[in-house]
Amino acid sequence: MLGEGILKGMAETAKNFAGSFVSVDRLTTVEYPEQRIPTFENARVFPFLVYDGPDWAAGLRCVACQICEKECPPKCIYIEKSQGKKPDFVGKPQFYPTRFDIDISVCMSCQICVEVCPFEAIKMDTEFELATDNRFGGLLLDRQQLAKSNEYYHQIHPTEATEVDARLDAEKEAAAAKAKAAAQAAAAKAGEAAKAASAKPAPPTGGED
Amino acid sequence: MLATPASTLSVPFIVDQVFVLFKDWLVSFLPTSWRPAAGIVLGVIGIVCVYPGLFALTTVFERKGLGRMQNRYGPNRVGPYGFFQPVADGIKSLTKEDIIPFDADAVVHFLAPLTLVVTVFMGFAVLPMGRNMVLVNLDAGLLFFFSMSAATELSVFMAGWSSRNKYSLLGAMRAVAQMISYEVPLLLTTVAVVMIAGSLSLPKIVEAQSGYTGWFPHWYIFTPWGLASFLIFAIAATAETNRSPFDLPEGESEIVAGYHTEYSGFKFALFFLGEYVAMFSISGIGVTLFLGGWSAPLPFLNVVPSWLWFFSKVMLSIFVFIWMRGTLPRLRQDQLMNFAWKFVLPFTLLNLGVTALWRFMGEGWARWVVSSIILAGVYVLMGRVGMFKKHFGPRSYRYAE
Repeated sequence: MLGEGILKGMAETAKNFAGSFVSVDRLTTVEYPEQRIPTFENARVFPFLVYDGPDWAAGLRCVACQICEKECPPKCIYIEKSQGKKPDFVGKPQFYPTRFDIDISVCMSCQICVEVCPFEAIKMDTEFELATDNRFGGLLLDRQQLAKSNEYYHQIHPTEATEVDARLDAEKEAAAAKAKAAAQAAAAKAGEAAKAASAKPAPPTGGED
Repeated sequence: MLATPASTLSVPFIVDQVFVLFKDWLVSFLPTSWRPAAGIVLGVIGIVCVYPGLFALTTVFERKGLGRMQNRYGPNRVGPYGFFQPVADGIKSLTKEDIIPFDADAVVHFLAPLTLVVTVFMGFAVLPMGRNMVLVNLDAGLLFFFSMSAATELSVFMAGWSSRNKYSLLGAMRAVAQMISYEVPLLLTTVAVVMIAGSLSLPKIVEAQSGYTGWFPHWYIFTPWGLASFLIFAIAATAETNRSPFDLPEGESEIVAGYHTEYSGFKFALFFLGEYVAMFSISGIGVTLFLGGWSAPLPFLNVVPSWLWFFSKVMLSIFVFIWMRGTLPRLRQDQLMNFAWKFVLPFTLLNLGVTALWRFMGEGWARWVVSSIILAGVYVLMGRVGMFKKHFGPRSYRYAE
């Protein structure tokens, strides 16, 4: 009959109207500043720099290779390379960035910098409350603002961070093993050389003997 | 003015007449010759304060109610439960820049919102809001009311025309087409009431409905012709106030905001106010004509003051407006016009005939049966004919699949 559909629709909205006061399950709204849902593990907003150990400046993994700067599509990264070197996590002397700026007003969160980084130094953050009243300086993040600890990385992306740590540990072990092997080889060589050196003058002594 | 001596005033009477007594007390400080004019001014002040106040309340209740219908909370940030939201909205619209488009006709652009608000408020002059609570008791009050509400079309067209914007003009054209189409059934339903009540004066129409048979009130909605008239009136009133599902004039998805696209700041707020106050006034007239005005639904409920009954009925009908807005999708222009001219108007004319029949069949149960059968039968028949060979169900697509 004419008007039947309207009545059905009105009944449906009335059911919602009354039901939303009775059952809390109907209300799916998360009242944001007070209530939050945890961010998803694969969420990504803007990049940050990972550091190991307690001191951010000493522990930065970045070696200022500038690959990310060159790959960045909107060119939002600016890096200045250091003059001197400092030891990296395996103890190898490496350059480090004296300046590392990301303009997050330009960044498009594409994650390409993360994918090209060979040193696991730049990762995506999940921090999204970045509003500021200064549209220029406030959105240009420097080295110190970008530096976040490895523990923080574990907190926001646990699976990924564990993989990265395993890889770095393997690298470290390999480096250590290589160093050990090299040291052993060197020691052996030195031993041989010492032997040879000691063997050469031996005949006269032996001859003497 | 009130003949009742002070010694016989009962408590319900004082509460019922509190505003009238207060006005008389205030006016008594003035010289006699000034009193009538001062009384009118006080009444106007009352109307101009009460309805914008109700408007503020309605905006927040509407947003909260719509939210609940969609399983949301609605606004709940400003003040307790978000009830100070209208204050924030008011401050916002007052402090916003008032833009007049470069090409616009500045004078007409300025006058349009004023015309709307003024004509809408004029309608309240003849509306009885309680026992003895009518500003001007005109003999042709109903006629005055509808001539004022018809003038809102003028303001809508002024706004659309003067903005010099295609969307404004389209919205205004739609609004005028819609409002004029639905004005006809709106007025014809009130003719039915006038035929039975025998007066165009609104207080007289309320009086005609104020009796009871046992516990049963003599409201016109409880008669077959009255129910049909009321439903048509409600449909036409929804169209007249541009409310969903007849909100084509401001269809956001098609024409931005219709005739008030080019309005900002306080002029926009005035349009907003005008639309809501028009809703109150059309609800008020609907309550007066069909729901017994300020009279109580049951005899013993007359203890409750009459003005409270009037405003409760108005707010109830506002709730139905909101409920419909939360339920129904917007019509298409051709559907709107077909509905107005092919269904509502013929049915209204039939209803006029049935009302005449009711009037001349005299007392008795026969007229109830006859008019109910005619109206219900024709309704079902027109529905069948109108929906004949129309497919209702999931939409099928020819190309996009």
